[in-house]
Amino acid sequence: MSRLDVRKTYKLYINGEFPRSESGRTYPALDSKGEVLARVALASRKDLREAVRAARNAQTKWAERSGYNRGQILYRIAEMMEDRRATFEEQLGDGGVSAARARTEVAKSIDRMVWYAGWADKFSQVYGNLNPVAGPFFNISTPEPTGVVGVIAPRDPSLVGLVSRLAPVVVSGNTAVVLASEPQPMPAITFAEVLESSDVPPGVVNILTGSQSELAPWLADHMDVNAIDLAGADDKLRLRIEQGAVHNVKRLIGVDGVLDGQSPYLIAAFTETKTVWHPKGL
Amino acid sequence: MTKAELLRAPSPPLDWKYAPSRESTEIVSLNERYGLFIDGKFQAPLSKKYFPTINPATEEPLAEVAEAGERDVNRAVKAARSAYDDSWGSMPGKERAKYLFRIARMVQERSRELAVLETMDGGKPIKESRDVDLPLVAAHFFYYAGWADKLEYAFPGLDPQPLGVAGQVIPWNFPMMMLAWKVAPALATGNTVVLKPAETTPLSALTFAALAAEAGLPPGVLNVITGAGATGSSLVNHGDVDKVAFTGSTAVGKLIRSSLAGTGKKVTLELGGKAAHVIFDDAPMDQAIEGVINGIFFNQGHVCCAGSRLFVQESIHDRFVDKLKRRLSTLRVGDPLDKNTDVGAINSAEQLAKISELVEIGRAEGAEMFQPDCVLPRNGFFFRPTLFTGVSQSHRIAQEEIFGPVLSIMSFRTPEEAIEKANNTPYGLSAGVWTSKGSRILWMADRLRAGVVWANTYNKFDPASPFGGYKESGFGREGGRHGLLAYLKGIT
Repeated sequence: MSRLDVRKTYKLYINGEFPRSESGRTYPALDSKGEVLARVALASRKDLREAVRAARNAQTKWAERSGYNRGQILYRIAEMMEDRRATFEEQLGDGGVSAARARTEVAKSIDRMVWYAGWADKFSQVYGNLNPVAGPFFNISTPEPTGVVGVIAPRDPSLVGLVSRLAPVVVSGNTAVVLASEPQPMPAITFAEVLESSDVPPGVVNILTGSQSELAPWLADHMDVNAIDLAGADDKLRLRIEQGAVHNVKRLIGVDGVLDGQSPYLIAAFTETKTVWHPKGL
Repeated sequence: MTKAELLRAPSPPLDWKYAPSRESTEIVSLNERYGLFIDGKFQAPLSKKYFPTINPATEEPLAEVAEAGERDVNRAVKAARSAYDDSWGSMPGKERAKYLFRIARMVQERSRELAVLETMDGGKPIKESRDVDLPLVAAHFFYYAGWADKLEYAFPGLDPQPLGVAGQVIPWNFPMMMLAWKVAPALATGNTVVLKPAETTPLSALTFAALAAEAGLPPGVLNVITGAGATGSSLVNHGDVDKVAFTGSTAVGKLIRSSLAGTGKKVTLELGGKAAHVIFDDAPMDQAIEGVINGIFFNQGHVCCAGSRLFVQESIHDRFVDKLKRRLSTLRVGDPLDKNTDVGAINSAEQLAKISELVEIGRAEGAEMFQPDCVLPRNGFFFRPTLFTGVSQSHRIAQEEIFGPVLSIMSFRTPEEAIEKANNTPYGLSAGVWTSKGSRILWMADRLRAGVVWANTYNKFDPASPFGGYKESGFGREGGRHGLLAYLKGIT
């Protein structure tokens, strides 16, 4: 008699825990042939608010850690991803990605995480300045994290898209609420398990599976979200996010729609430049 | 009389009455009427409409300016587009630089004239327009001129490309300075500009436009269109404008952002503020008093980064407030053209009404008001320097931007409490902190959620120093290397 496999229940990732949606809702994640792979949590507005609250509570402490420390944690994420390569590849394959492409995508995702890990204690040196003002003043500009950032993860590529848009957000000290790829949510959930075992403090990254078009407007209107990465949103959703962002002057990043790229300027895009003046004198 | 007799003679009673020291306005020559500056020359508006601009210190009309309608806006944007396509966009940076250097020099040459004009049209004290605004205008053009041919060094790895036509809308509090903050980086990076100055302060921008033409700036590179909100709205919503830069109120900023949703235009917003100014008990008190005075009464408090919420550590609160009241009583309020005037005219009747209303609300909500006993001029728009004590965080005068010479004073006990209260606002443009302890300055500077933190100083500006807000005070930076990014294609 062949052994019956043990299936996983796919849940949300909020504040370092894996709850089901408070709404009790799920939706089927399908493979490329339309077969049901599993039922995953369909997050609600209330789940989203919980996620934002967790992200807000975690933000100051995360930002107060040294860049060295955040860098090590991001590197640890890469280490744990390496461990889970097979799972990621399998899940990408289930979603219709060829084996060769899945291998490349997972490798690229891990390497990208390592790349951003290295920026943690460097980007403010590159992006900050001592400003040569015309007077007896010490004047310095440094980038600081914007705060709580909503990330509309790309539908496809579901893993490297997620890593590419999330890593530059958290590396500087922002915390994130991620709306995972709607049609291919499994790699995001595996990624959440990686985070949970990578010394990432609870609340720093929160991942919701469900309907992006249902959740993104709540995210856009939320007064305690400071910025949104909308690279993964389609035109209709983008317009809705832009309208919602008006209420508390949210920063909108990712309008160029690059889903799979890396740049220190993307880290800078999720920061605020603070300039400090002090007189010099005896 | 011999020397001895002179010494014995009774001295006449001394007359301590103030002797005015008025700056002459002869240096300024005004036209009766100004058209729109489009495509390198002044043109009558197709709208055929004009409106008066007055001196807020006297309420006398200075000139009539055109009110640009939609067709005028079209014409201006078209001129800017042609200039971008035909000359400016592809001009080598070193050539653009020379135009800007030339403009900087010409501003310096005509600095006094422009300062007097600025004071006449806007009401700010001549000592500020002469010693702060105009020197900073020239410096800003000089600074960005130098960047024009060095952009590839500003952002390694990015290919610095201009955006195209920039539509810029600026406020009335620093008309020339805001023009410089907008125009200099836009032109340095190879964009062309349609600028709309505020309806109450259009004259310096129009005079500047003529100066730029005199400098040989190619037609269409800079266009200045005058008008009120409707003109600004036509400009930012124009289909052929690639970039919108706005400085003004948070309410209008949100309207603009909303109307631009889905257009793909690049936007930077420099909006309102309600800055916390934090005084610790170990601060050098006399210097801190001067800092607080400068923080809130500079330019009649018509300053988005004004230190309008004062937090004084409880142990020195009463002594500090007493000293502050005495200092308030020595401020000279009145004729902006008088070289000794500290607080000039409120920019408009509308703004005066808004300030008066919020001050009334402050009293009604139970805060205690203090105003010095100064005599205000009979004509013109003036408001006494005002402070409120007994203010609580929920009072509207502690929450809303008043944009006038009104200070709300609160207290705190610990640094943690100071941070909590200072950051308790949707704004985040600027903040100030006074203390003798170095480590505390840096601790505070780390935690104040504001784009500019002045430590043991306040209201200092420099073209090399980035300026701009957190949260609802807007996004994007003006000044410094960072200021270039607002006008370049890049990751957004």
